[in-house]
Amino acid sequence: MNIKDNSIGSKIFDVINVILLVAVGLACFLPLWYVLCVSLSTKGAVNAGLVSFWPVGFNLDSYKKIVGEGAFFGAFWNSIRRVALGTAVSLACILLAAYPLSRTKKQFPKRDMFMWMLIFCMLFNGGTVPWYLTMCKYRLIDNIWGLVLAGGLPVYNVILAMNFFKNLPSELEEAALVDGAGPWRIWASVMVPLAKPSIATITLFTMVGYWNEFFQGLVLSTREASYPLQTYIQQMVVTLDYSSMNAEQIAEATKLNNQSLDAAKIFIAMIPVLLVYPFLQKYFVKGITLGSVKG
Amino acid sequence: MFNKKFLKHYYIMLIPAIVWLVLFNIVPMFGVVMAFEDFNPSLGMWKSPFIGLKNFKYMFQMSDIKQIMSNTIIIAVGKIIANLIVPLVFAILLNELCIRKLYRPIQTVVYLPYFLSWVILGKIVLNIFGFVGPVNSVINYFGGESINFFGTASLFRPLIIGTDIWKNFGYSAIVYLATMLGIPPELYEAAAVDGAGRFKRIWHITLPGIKMTVALLAILSLGNVLNAGFDQIFNLYNPLVYSTGDILDTWVYRVGLVNLQFSLATAVGLLKSVVSLVLITLGYWMADKFAGYKLF
Repeated sequence: MNIKDNSIGSKIFDVINVILLVAVGLACFLPLWYVLCVSLSTKGAVNAGLVSFWPVGFNLDSYKKIVGEGAFFGAFWNSIRRVALGTAVSLACILLAAYPLSRTKKQFPKRDMFMWMLIFCMLFNGGTVPWYLTMCKYRLIDNIWGLVLAGGLPVYNVILAMNFFKNLPSELEEAALVDGAGPWRIWASVMVPLAKPSIATITLFTMVGYWNEFFQGLVLSTREASYPLQTYIQQMVVTLDYSSMNAEQIAEATKLNNQSLDAAKIFIAMIPVLLVYPFLQKYFVKGITLGSVKG
Repeated sequence: MFNKKFLKHYYIMLIPAIVWLVLFNIVPMFGVVMAFEDFNPSLGMWKSPFIGLKNFKYMFQMSDIKQIMSNTIIIAVGKIIANLIVPLVFAILLNELCIRKLYRPIQTVVYLPYFLSWVILGKIVLNIFGFVGPVNSVINYFGGESINFFGTASLFRPLIIGTDIWKNFGYSAIVYLATMLGIPPELYEAAAVDGAGRFKRIWHITLPGIKMTVALLAILSLGNVLNAGFDQIFNLYNPLVYSTGDILDTWVYRVGLVNLQFSLATAVGLLKSVVSLVLITLGYWMADKFAGYKLF
């Protein structure tokens, strides 16, 4: 802590500690910076392995090229729609369900039955294959609603919201009751407004979750036009399989591959997360430290 | 206060969530009957011939199941241990940082990878460790031969665990840092007055102060023993590293959804789900018993 300690051992520790932590910080930042540098460098420089942490032959060609790629924008648009619809649907379900579940057993006798149902679904699943066949039966292949609903109810977030509601002082609710408010009025005018910070946390996590998800996008799509952006990147941005090639083949394949363009696509896919990142940071500490509840 | 009139409204409020839960969480669970059938898509789930435990017997006779099991457990347990210790060390070091101005910037930057998907991070990692990537450039600069990092079976597990730490340690450290903020500063001051140096203070105050948190996180991670991280491995592996990197989830995906051996894949998936359920339940039970942690 901030207690002065002038011993030599402590001074040496301070110096090493600063160097180490700055190095750790750089290790988290530089890989992302590297992608930006590659996307801004010439193809030749990238293929020759000249680019490290500064663009070589700065140009915007890759970004100009992306403008002409319909598939990329199609996938981007799919992801935007998925995030918008998914966040709206999830939030509505989470907040509505969290209120009755935050009632005591006296107020809502069946509460525990619903809780156990939720918990069981959070801890157990039938596995990938039954899930996939069920989605096929629902005809959610190549369907935006498949990308929104297929993951199932975000039970953990319901529990998070429920805990927030539970921890609100009960006097507020009792005052509203005395004034003649019914459950919907209490929910809309007391519970939801007071839980704003927690709702912000859940909203941001839901948005990032939908944006980042790629597996459902992969197995629930039969054509490229249905891919969300992450799946598009996973499939389209060819990462060369060096494993099965010899050195000459690798050199040949590398020349054909436009790494700079791929890097530009990866960077664009990161931008939405980077944009909400400051808000995420503001709220997520609360989000995870309030995961448990006292009493 | 019990108000009978309210009950109806409580049920209405639960409808959307419960419908979603039933259709997308519960209905797929019934599909596990396929594990006990010789599933034939044209006959459907309820008319395919029932064959009892044959799929499970076959599964235990397969030559690769042992390898997949041990890959899964080694990678998962490696990650659990690393993800308990590295964030702890990082949190202690960050807590001791003497230039306080650096505290926020470092914290801000270390969380960042946590919020990016493994698709993105996987591509970045493959580029950085690629043949013409910066790591091999450095190796070449010092006169070494380029290494095919993600094509070498013996390097795969360390790389998987290492990159997983890279993604998660900053986020995991939040819990530790929050707990450390709760340690009363008077304890440090009193220890300093008593002549305890810095390392003694870390050892006798900081560590005991977060002991419970570490134990709780360790217990709760019990449920992850069979979770080696599908997203990460799926985005980083290739046939050359199957021997050390193929895990239950990736195997189930390939056998079930690529080779369409539905019954066998369901059986393996079911085994994983059941074992995980037992472990998670055990974890929560122990957390409740020893640390008073309640999920709800």
